[in-house]
Amino acid sequence: MNYDAIRDKVAIVGMGCCKFGENWDKSPEDMIVEAAFEAYEDAGIENPQQQIEAVFCGAVYPSKGTAEVADALKLFGRPVSMVQNYCATGTDALRFGIFSVACGMYDTVMVVGFDKPKDRGVSGPSAVTTGVRSLPMTPAGWFSLCASRYFETYGAGREDLAKIAVKNHHNGTLAPKSMLKKEITVDDVLKAPIISWPFGLYDCCAQSDGAAVAILTKRELAKSFRDDYVLFKAVTIALGPNPQSDPSFDFLRWKPTVYAAQDAYKQAGIANPSKELDIAQVHDCFTLTELLTYEDLGLSEKGAAKDHIASGTFELTGELPVNTDGGLKTFGHPTGATGVRMVYENYKQLQGKAGERQIKGATTALSHNLGGAPQTCGITIVGMP
Amino acid sequence: MAGIRSYGAYVPMQRLSLGAIAGGGRKAGSSSGERSVAYYDEDAATMAVAAATNCLEGFDRAQVDAVLFASTSYPYREKQAASLVAKALDLRRDVTTADFSGSLRVGTSALRSAVDAVKAGSAKNVLVVASDCRQATPRSALEKSFGDGAAAFLISNDAVAATIDHQHSIADEIIDVWRTESDRFVKSWEDRFVVEHGYTASMIEVIKGLCAKAGLTAKDFAKIVLYTPDARSFASVAKRTGFDAKTQVQDPLFGRLGNTGAAFVPMLLVAALEESKPGSKLLVANYGDGAEAFALSVGDGITALRGRRGMAWGLQRRNELTDYDKYLSFRSLQASDPDRRGGQGVSATVHFRDRSEDISFHGHKCKHCGTEQFPFQRVCFQCFKRDEFTEVRLSDRQGKPLSVTFDFFAGTPDPPLVVTVTEVEGGARVYLQMTDVLPKEAKLDLPVEFTFRRIHEFGGTPNYFWKCTPIR
Repeated sequence: MNYDAIRDKVAIVGMGCCKFGENWDKSPEDMIVEAAFEAYEDAGIENPQQQIEAVFCGAVYPSKGTAEVADALKLFGRPVSMVQNYCATGTDALRFGIFSVACGMYDTVMVVGFDKPKDRGVSGPSAVTTGVRSLPMTPAGWFSLCASRYFETYGAGREDLAKIAVKNHHNGTLAPKSMLKKEITVDDVLKAPIISWPFGLYDCCAQSDGAAVAILTKRELAKSFRDDYVLFKAVTIALGPNPQSDPSFDFLRWKPTVYAAQDAYKQAGIANPSKELDIAQVHDCFTLTELLTYEDLGLSEKGAAKDHIASGTFELTGELPVNTDGGLKTFGHPTGATGVRMVYENYKQLQGKAGERQIKGATTALSHNLGGAPQTCGITIVGMP
Repeated sequence: MAGIRSYGAYVPMQRLSLGAIAGGGRKAGSSSGERSVAYYDEDAATMAVAAATNCLEGFDRAQVDAVLFASTSYPYREKQAASLVAKALDLRRDVTTADFSGSLRVGTSALRSAVDAVKAGSAKNVLVVASDCRQATPRSALEKSFGDGAAAFLISNDAVAATIDHQHSIADEIIDVWRTESDRFVKSWEDRFVVEHGYTASMIEVIKGLCAKAGLTAKDFAKIVLYTPDARSFASVAKRTGFDAKTQVQDPLFGRLGNTGAAFVPMLLVAALEESKPGSKLLVANYGDGAEAFALSVGDGITALRGRRGMAWGLQRRNELTDYDKYLSFRSLQASDPDRRGGQGVSATVHFRDRSEDISFHGHKCKHCGTEQFPFQRVCFQCFKRDEFTEVRLSDRQGKPLSVTFDFFAGTPDPPLVVTVTEVEGGARVYLQMTDVLPKEAKLDLPVEFTFRRIHEFGGTPNYFWKCTPIR
């Protein structure tokens, strides 16, 4: 494998993101148009029908699929394709967009991540039953599988998780496009009704509707769009075994993240992630997911996450701010949009346009998704030229 | 001589106080005592598997030639239970199966057929399993007298612990207790009529008939094991057939178990065998659309069966259920209960392909590297060899949960759902619910065994899989 194949070859020159939330009065088309036209404007694209050569979409609950995007934006006569990779769907759509530019086939492409789960009439993700064994279970149940063993081994507990929710709720109050803008306390988190132990209501992200768009071009053309473009250093997807049947699992980590991180750091040439990364957007579908991700990404030594949580390492004022926009906790999780939304935040942070939540001098940023049982992880690393 | 080679019983752990049924909540009032109640994930089929597993403990399952299943409450009107029970027990493919249903007497009817089969030589070892989970009208007198449970016997010509020496039966047409296709709850005619002209008349006739046939009298029997519709009526039958109601009658367990329908007399027989001495005789009499009676001689082999999981074991493991509403939810009888039968359900073709994993609880063992895994794989998790597996039965092993979590969001009548990844002895990991457990008991690495349960009812059919449960 050529770890240098995409590094610094593909630039982000425009991005857009609609307001995430229970967008009862908006259709997928509305959200896609909102995000895409923000991205056009950001990139200075005045004639997308001429300038966008291919479209890569990601959605887990599409009503029509690729035609939803093509119809909304009137982008016909060019390739429009769609990928699905659990919660890493948006990241995987970006990945195919990056490949298509890096290989030289297209100059400028668009990536659209979107989902509209709130049109389904249920509060949580749908549980699709095909077999006897697959039910009843919930994402909160899957993602809590590491809790009992991790807590026992490293002495962490619900209080440590609660601080993650408090942090992300705070950050979300500073992000204009987040769904929840409400400060909470550790006490609020601990007293909330239990969904699936150890997760109370505030340990869980909500489902929401949203769309986010990126416009990618080859590095050589980036300057013709803007000076403060951002470059991809790494993009990867890694699958791990189902933790419910993996005969060698230790319930102290999520293997997909461990695998994907190794690959991403090699691509980006990063040897010491906790020092070399300035910020990270990680998959906080549940608070424990964020905690384990600190360690699985090497942002914390194994078992030390709770110490970093206590000392504020990952807060906006800490050494390595994580989920600077409030993460899934405050944006909710429109599955296909989330990965692209995270890159939107990193892009804005690197450009110095993140407003009150701006991290000064950030030049290297990571985004991370984890999905399925969980079995799939997507990571991107972006940096300034 | 044909007889009982082994026995087993199963009493569901949940006990509902009769006071709660009467409407007093925790206040017992005039209704003291309790009855057994099948948990929300149990039914006649799952309890049958549990009792049969206990019966077959220590016996080679490959020796079982036939399974006769007796129940009035198997969830399917059309579709056999015995074949499901045989698959869950992982019996031979060429096992003979039949269901007996329609009468409270079917437990002993199946027993009689089993004896006839081994006598005739058409089978060497026949598994008889009686199981019932009858539904009475909520808060009715019947609901207080009913119980849920199962019993199983291995009937053979060889190496039996108790021989069945004589049998006698009579048929009687009477409308005393019944349930038609459209009835959700068991119905009955006025109890004094039922007891006098149904129960008492038929039972006296069959007991006297058996004694006459066998040339025996009440004094020859250590005990009589007899059906009774309530806590009193048996005394009159015993007295009028020459038995001493105080010393010679097997305790019918009202206030502890309840009338478990088709499983009732079989369960009481297990209780009697547990206490029987070699050389003693038992008279067993069962009722339902007539009556059936047997004379048994307990042999020396009975001592070898001591300590197995039967009624003594079943009655001591219990969890007190004082919330009547929760019991109603177990049976989906509350107006507020979500329709658990909804959804598209399980594809019959998927069920067909997965039945060795789901029903027999088989895993795969890699012939190349020895790694055990669940569910079945085509490519080994460990050494990545293709299709080099043997099937191994996991259901009769023990395990320990490597992860435990408590899900309040998954729909269950008794939240939280205790969810585990359990490592089965041998190394296979299985995503399993834990049942018959209080959340505070569900700890990491707790020794567990496996129990066949009704995992959900999507699509309107009972769907079965295994769960883990603490070893008690």
